[in-house]
Amino acid sequence: MKGWMGKIRAFCLLGLTAFVLSACGKENLTALDPKGYGADQSFNLIILTTIVMLFVLAVVMVVYTIVLIRYRKKKGQKDYIPKQVEGNKTLETVWTVIPIILLLIIAVPTITATFDLADESAASDSLNVQVTGNQYWWHFNYEGQEIQTSQDLYIPVGEKVYLNMKSSDVIHSFWVPAISGKMDVNPENENTMYIEAHEEGVYWGKCAEFCGPSHSLMDFKVVAVSQDEFDQWAQDMQNVDPEAEPEDAVAQEGQSLFQEKNCMSCHAIGSSPAQIGPNLTDFGNRSKLAGVEDLTKENLVQWITDPESIKPGNKMTGNYPEVSDDEAGKIAEYLLQLKPTDITPESAQ
Amino acid sequence: MSTAASQKRGFGTVLWDYLTTVDHKKIAHLYLFGGGFFFLLGGLEALAIRIQLLQPENDFVSAGFYNEILTMHGTTMIFLAAMPLIFAIMNAVVPLQIGARDVAFPFLNSLGFWLFLFGGLLLNCSWFLGGAPDAGWTGYVPLSITSPGHGVDFYVMGLQIAGAGTLIGGINFLATIVTMRAPGMTYMRMPLFSWTTFITSILILFAFPALTVGLFLLMFDRMFGSAFFDVGLGGNAIIWQHLFWIFGHPEVYILILPLFGVFSEVISTFSKKRLFGYTAMVFATILIAFLGFMVWAHHMFAVGLGPVANSIFSLATMAIAVPTGIKIFNWLATMWGGRITINSAMLWTLGFIPTFTIGGMTGVMVASVVADYQYHDSYFVVAHFHYVIVGGTVFGIFAALHYWWPKMFGRVLNEAMGKLTFWTFFIGFHLTFFIQHFLGLMGMPRRYWTYLEGQQLDLGNQISTVGAFFMAFGVIVFVINAIYTAVKGEKAADDPWDGRTLEWSIASPPAHYNFKQMPLVRGLDALWIEKMEGKGRLTPAEPLGDIHMPNSSFLPFMMSLGLFIAGLGFIYQVNYNWAYILLFGGMAIMLGSMLARSLKDDHGYHIPKDELEREVD
Ligand code: HEC
Ligand SMILES: [Cu+2]
Repeated sequence: MKGWMGKIRAFCLLGLTAFVLSACGKENLTALDPKGYGADQSFNLIILTTIVMLFVLAVVMVVYTIVLIRYRKKKGQKDYIPKQVEGNKTLETVWTVIPIILLLIIAVPTITATFDLADESAASDSLNVQVTGNQYWWHFNYEGQEIQTSQDLYIPVGEKVYLNMKSSDVIHSFWVPAISGKMDVNPENENTMYIEAHEEGVYWGKCAEFCGPSHSLMDFKVVAVSQDEFDQWAQDMQNVDPEAEPEDAVAQEGQSLFQEKNCMSCHAIGSSPAQIGPNLTDFGNRSKLAGVEDLTKENLVQWITDPESIKPGNKMTGNYPEVSDDEAGKIAEYLLQLKPTDITPESAQ
Repeated sequence: MSTAASQKRGFGTVLWDYLTTVDHKKIAHLYLFGGGFFFLLGGLEALAIRIQLLQPENDFVSAGFYNEILTMHGTTMIFLAAMPLIFAIMNAVVPLQIGARDVAFPFLNSLGFWLFLFGGLLLNCSWFLGGAPDAGWTGYVPLSITSPGHGVDFYVMGLQIAGAGTLIGGINFLATIVTMRAPGMTYMRMPLFSWTTFITSILILFAFPALTVGLFLLMFDRMFGSAFFDVGLGGNAIIWQHLFWIFGHPEVYILILPLFGVFSEVISTFSKKRLFGYTAMVFATILIAFLGFMVWAHHMFAVGLGPVANSIFSLATMAIAVPTGIKIFNWLATMWGGRITINSAMLWTLGFIPTFTIGGMTGVMVASVVADYQYHDSYFVVAHFHYVIVGGTVFGIFAALHYWWPKMFGRVLNEAMGKLTFWTFFIGFHLTFFIQHFLGLMGMPRRYWTYLEGQQLDLGNQISTVGAFFMAFGVIVFVINAIYTAVKGEKAADDPWDGRTLEWSIASPPAHYNFKQMPLVRGLDALWIEKMEGKGRLTPAEPLGDIHMPNSSFLPFMMSLGLFIAGLGFIYQVNYNWAYILLFGGMAIMLGSMLARSLKDDHGYHIPKDELEREVD
């Protein structure tokens, strides 16, 4: 089956290249340019169903056009009464049976793929990550590895990575269109899915289940790096010294402010388990601030002084003592230099 | 004649007449105005959504307010616009089509309308009382439980009251069609619109209770401290999705089947042909309705139900494409060999066929589980359901209004404006929604307040917004058309379209008793048969005699008002004790009215035979 699906796909890719190039959306975000195992499976079915359905549409439109051209009331037809036809057994059978066959063509690969993507047999030999969805940020806990990250999920390229997902509040949905379709992240049960990226890259992830005011800002990234880089990254992350003093004096002040201002009650640095706010261990390496803003000092100061202006309804607003711009600047210096590893989103190019 | 008389009556009398009427034709007007009003409101909300999404990172409205608007847009369009507009058409047409003098329970018919109206008003009161619901029209828990303020409480109470109205309406039509068909009108001689109304009523009867139960549980969780859905206390959140979609999926067939009936009537009339494959059409409708109850979990493919459940629901969903396809081909076959007149009603129908076919196609596409992992909760799905609900239901409502306006109001809608409405709306519709299929696949989830710059989502959204304004223009022209027609429109003949079914055999608009004598039905397309045999009118099935009519009543209005007040009481008793006054006061009004209804014998009145004889046809 793979073979002919592959051919169809190659054919379509060729035929649609011009169109796809202009209209298929942003690389590493769009589902129309799949770069992962799950996204491939979905894409194949999207193409297959589209072709079958376009065939049906074509048939309908041909008949429709003929009818409208041939049977529109003409001049001098005033008293013409068409023959009153009750039906036609043969015709009616034809348009019952053919759709059933077309549906079978779609149904068989659909079900095969459904079971394929639900296959958890490889879970125990693979990297497992506990994913927690929170209003409005994502947390990743690498099982058995003492590594915690938020917002950016690092995975080795070409490997199946199992995600065991649960929500801490309302329902979210984990969606990285370029790598894989989505799966809900429920508060009451753990859902498991696997992802596998074919190429290195930073892939956009989005929350796809309506979860409140900042639902549209609950972005995250999947950073797919080579296996070597991934091992390096894991090692660096495990060896982090959470108490390490920054070299820069301003950043040092920032560090103590970070403690004074109660930031630690929600944010962990190092591999302590999930908290109320994102884990900031490798904050300086983040691809984005809070999932959506560019990681600049200016934006960071704005976040620390007024997170509401960036993400309405977030759970940080109003839950920490007031921070002046000046203090925020110092904290920003501290946070931005948290770069425990050289493996960053840039490594994934 | 009756219009001339009503023009002389004062405004107060007309108002009182409508407040107390139990006449299905006037209730149809009420549903039309009520539903039309909410349709315009939902349309404004849609425009606000499209303006907000015109540019990336726009802040035309705030995130929280946007969520209120999108929730209210969906809730309003489904429950307060589409449903009542469908009921308007059913009320206006079904009794006439089956040769009945009214519905089986005229009093309940009126109660159904007032419950819908007060439910809708209660829901919309939330705008002025601290904010509208903001958890989406699907109200998924836990979001809807944790939503602060009273918005979601208004959603719960408003829908509960409006939903009761719908349930009553459905039961009423069921009873009407089972018991009140004219002599000779067997089931298989029933016009297709009456058939689809019949099936739709069965769907309502079985689907709405699931919503009622879900809303009750939500109400208790939010207002009385229970924990049905609270995971932390051992509740179950997924069960809400099941309850909602066990109602919600049949609901989409409730929204589309009656319009399938409308299209069947319109196509057959304007092609001058009997509906091709009538029997197949009837059974396809029944099959769609039946399968419609077994596919709800296709809204939940991403929930994690597992591959077995997903596969079964996927297959069941695909199966629905078969009877739907049969319908499309039967319509085409009806036109084939016919003599097609294209006017506004027919234009909407011809616009429907390709549009709905595309919607059906994407329906099969989203039924394919693994493909749906990409489509689900993205703009692809938004495009899909607007193709079926606007392309099917809204196009159908417009077709029906153009087709039956003469029967409802005694005047014909202006053709030129009708065509202008169609073309702007049709073009605007495809501009708005076609591109959204791609937006979804390009990574735009639905219910996004905004999208980031540089994600190549800008152009698609801009096109979409432009389209929305075309649609708005079309709707405005329609409203102008309706007003113009009321003032200056051409008077309608009794049978302006050379119709085939019973409603065209009586006056436009019909006398309040509809049929002076019950007609004798001799086959499908009863009027057409008589025309072909040269008589042109139906043979009466009974001698002229006294006609029994129900009395008007103000009680349905009072009962609904009572529930409205009690609803406010339920919402506010959470924080204020005074709200118990509203709660019990409202209940007292409602129960008192029910008591009055039960204790007072109301036998209606008779129109004496000699008065009927005096009336000229
Ligand atoms: C009440 C708990 C809480 C406190 C106290 C708190 N935060 Fe946060 N913080 C959060 C949450 C929750 C988020 C995630 C917001 C979102 O994205 O929706 C967050 C996000 C952040 C981010 C962005 C993280 C990322 O991964 O992009 C930074 C930086 C941050 N907080 C800094 C601070 C600083 C500095 C302080 C102390 C002044 C602080 N926080 C205090 C809860 C808290
Ligand atoms: Cu979310």
